[in-house]
Amino acid sequence: MTSYGNGSDAPSRLRLRTDGPPPAGQVPGVAPPPEEAAQPSEALLPEAVFDAQQVAVFYGPKEALTDVSLKIRRGQITALIGPSGCGKTTFLRSLNRMNDSVPGFRIGGKILYHGYDMYAGNVDRVEVRRRIGMVFQKPNPFPKSIYDNIAWAPRNLGLRSGLDERVEKALRGAALWDEVKDRLKDSAFGLSGGQQQRLCIARAIAIEPDVLLLDEPASALDPIATGAIEDLMHSLKGRFTIVIVTHNMQQAARVADRTAFFSLQAGGAGAKPVGTLIEFDDTQAIFGQPRDPRTRDYVSGRFG
Amino acid sequence: MSGPAAVPDPAAPLTPSGNLRRRQAVSKLTEYAATGAAVLAVGVLAIVIISVIQRGASAISFDFLVKGGPDGIGPMLVGTGVIVGVATLIAAPIAILIALYLTEYAGQRFARAIQMTLDVMNGLPSIIIALFIFGLLVVGKKQSGIAGSIGLAIIMVPLIARGTQEILLLVPKAQREAADALGVARWRTVLTVVLPSALGGIATATVLAVARAAGETAPLLLASSTFDGSSYHLNPFEALPNVPIRIFQLSEDPNPEAVAEAWGLSLVLVTLILIASLSARVLLARSKRKMGGS
Amino acid sequence: MSAAESPVMRPRARRRRGASSRRKRFDRFGDAALRGICILAVLLAGGAIFGVVYEVIDGARPAISQYGLGFLSDTAWQPNFNEFGAGALIFGTLVSSFVALAIGAPIAISIGLFLTLLAPAGVRGVVAPLVELLAAIPSVILGFWGIIVLAPFVRDTIEPFLNGTLGFIPLFGEPQTTGSSVFTASLILTIMIIPIIASISRDLFQAVPRDVQDGAAALGATRWEVVRGVVLPSTSSGLIAASLLGLGRALGEAIAVAQVIGAGSAIHASLFMTGDTLAARIANEFPGALTEMHQSALFYCGLILLVIGLASNLLAQMIGRRFGYAGGAMR
Repeated sequence: MTSYGNGSDAPSRLRLRTDGPPPAGQVPGVAPPPEEAAQPSEALLPEAVFDAQQVAVFYGPKEALTDVSLKIRRGQITALIGPSGCGKTTFLRSLNRMNDSVPGFRIGGKILYHGYDMYAGNVDRVEVRRRIGMVFQKPNPFPKSIYDNIAWAPRNLGLRSGLDERVEKALRGAALWDEVKDRLKDSAFGLSGGQQQRLCIARAIAIEPDVLLLDEPASALDPIATGAIEDLMHSLKGRFTIVIVTHNMQQAARVADRTAFFSLQAGGAGAKPVGTLIEFDDTQAIFGQPRDPRTRDYVSGRFG
Repeated sequence: MSGPAAVPDPAAPLTPSGNLRRRQAVSKLTEYAATGAAVLAVGVLAIVIISVIQRGASAISFDFLVKGGPDGIGPMLVGTGVIVGVATLIAAPIAILIALYLTEYAGQRFARAIQMTLDVMNGLPSIIIALFIFGLLVVGKKQSGIAGSIGLAIIMVPLIARGTQEILLLVPKAQREAADALGVARWRTVLTVVLPSALGGIATATVLAVARAAGETAPLLLASSTFDGSSYHLNPFEALPNVPIRIFQLSEDPNPEAVAEAWGLSLVLVTLILIASLSARVLLARSKRKMGGS
Repeated sequence: MSAAESPVMRPRARRRRGASSRRKRFDRFGDAALRGICILAVLLAGGAIFGVVYEVIDGARPAISQYGLGFLSDTAWQPNFNEFGAGALIFGTLVSSFVALAIGAPIAISIGLFLTLLAPAGVRGVVAPLVELLAAIPSVILGFWGIIVLAPFVRDTIEPFLNGTLGFIPLFGEPQTTGSSVFTASLILTIMIIPIIASISRDLFQAVPRDVQDGAAALGATRWEVVRGVVLPSTSSGLIAASLLGLGRALGEAIAVAQVIGAGSAIHASLFMTGDTLAARIANEFPGALTEMHQSALFYCGLILLVIGLASNLLAQMIGRRFGYAGGAMR
């Protein structure tokens, strides 16, 4: 059953209505265009936190991603799956402007965050990242103590009172508290890989972001640690809107409400293949009754 | 505990919230400071170079460059050439052999010790080297250009050795292994395969060391400073006129002719060093490119 | 590691055994000879260092037996009366070097940050070689420029300004007539040590992993906060080692300091007075030192300088090596 999360928004909150009613009749046998499948009317759905409209990403002259349009909704877990190199991570990093530091980066189309154009001129990158947190593929703890790893960002933000409670809450939220509560002053490097990754998650949620972006958080970890991360996803779901890139389809199937399938598409006139969004639907539908043959091939394990 | 200000309202626009405005101002300030530091360094360099060019240009003429003192600096230029040339002949082979030993033969612990020795050599104050040369070669005897050359060689060896070592490490291991597999003796491989590939980098390191040695004053202060700058001298076994000592002597002299001569000398020396540094850079880029392609 | 013999060569070797084994003997000799002369070169280098230490101690011996350890604190320096004391020189050496470090290290580290994290590739390609070029200027030319250009400017502009605004601090006293002062010497030393520290800092900052910086940025930190929280702490030991190397350079500089420091013989609180350092005193007086005791006193100064210089060099190597920076001090 698809859950809609706790989308309890103030009624005065502006809602963008960018998707109209689904096309009147679908031609049988032909895959529908890569957009959301028929949804209940907008008013019943949780608010669209992200609204990507024909997003394309260029690194210099090379187009890495093209024509991605989707909505990510509040309180849900949205998974981005697909073979390597088809732009999932690129798209994810565009959601918190982490691609800005890549030389030659250019974005086409629009990404709206709660209705605001994320790449508008007056947008402050640092403010974006304060609200949209990210956990990376390889755990990257700071060369500091466990406590300081988590307390660092809140201190920057001026949240100095109640730091101890904040750190404990974050570690509990990341299911790490019991393991480290007696050694908060120890170096973070003394933790195992799985623990370090949970530390990075704790670090991200300590500042109470609106959204959590996870870039293959378990891919560098062993299966037991991976299971721990997945359990964490479920417990974090209601508190944060989560977007997760994963290679692991089973993981996506277990954890996500909605799933987006990315793949490579031949570039026009013999150009190199470009990543693009193929299909975006409720997880059950993507894995159970995918509409696009490419999705069906990938999901059934025929390749990739 | 998180207060109402702690979590930004998601509905608010993406402009700085909370204390971000102040933090961004601080960050901008540090960016300006760092940029300012770089501007300062480049600015000082520009001021020094421009001073030298401005004040030295008027002294330069053909006569100035070839005549003997006090009208010209010819003997000083030639003397520096001899002293630095002899120093290079002493320093380069020793340094190359040391670098060869480090890359081809030395075990881990011995290599560490040699590395440390080179670093210590590099850090020796040049005035101390002057005292050493004085005590070893000059006291009881007389000054000589060659004593100065030995002092300069001590300065040059660590520089050439380090540069040679870096380029030797770039020579692909595959070349050495191929030669070994063919049954070629180690010493043949080194002399006919490894060294020739590294020649460009060795030349670069040597040119840079020469540029450094040409400007060193202290090692010559006690070894080759009592010279007669009015005529050319070529015998390295007596004190030879040279550029840095002459500048040093002139800098105490308030006479305008002395000042002019000192600026002229400075301009010539800086120009030579600049040319040497630039050509070394070009040589290095070319040899690195060759190495990468092989 | 001896050369491997391929089986293919064997039959031929059996036929021409004489020539081949002669060649092999020659090769073994060649290997040993090459290795031998390499070792000789290494021993020569080591021997040079021992020679330097030996000569300096030997030359200082008469002065050591005459003045003992009191030499280190006495400030009287009268060659005509055979009174020698290095107290003021040690003071001048330490003050000028540390002032140069205090001004130069922050500037150099900022330049390192600028080149690594701020400058676009084009700007970096121009500015970085220019900063290195600063190190290529011979000290005698920098010192001469200091006498003619910098000293008057310092005397006419900087020193009066500092004396005017901060004159209540004893450091900033009245400017002297010539502009030759400990302060001017410190400025020249600052110019000399900036390229060394900047170049090493730049390498250190470049080595900070991208992903840790990204992690910090992803937590909503400003650029400066990423530098302060991640980049600087993880390079701190290397930066200290770099600063020590710069300090060593400043401690040992004789020529440029001799040209601008004014050859004063007393200890003053004010930076704007003349002073002298161990290295500069040797450079100024040794060529004219006629008596053996005068020369020996200067050798004694050299010995003190050698000890201080070696200590700072070895400390820098130790710190640099322990924390990963592979002692690439020679640039």
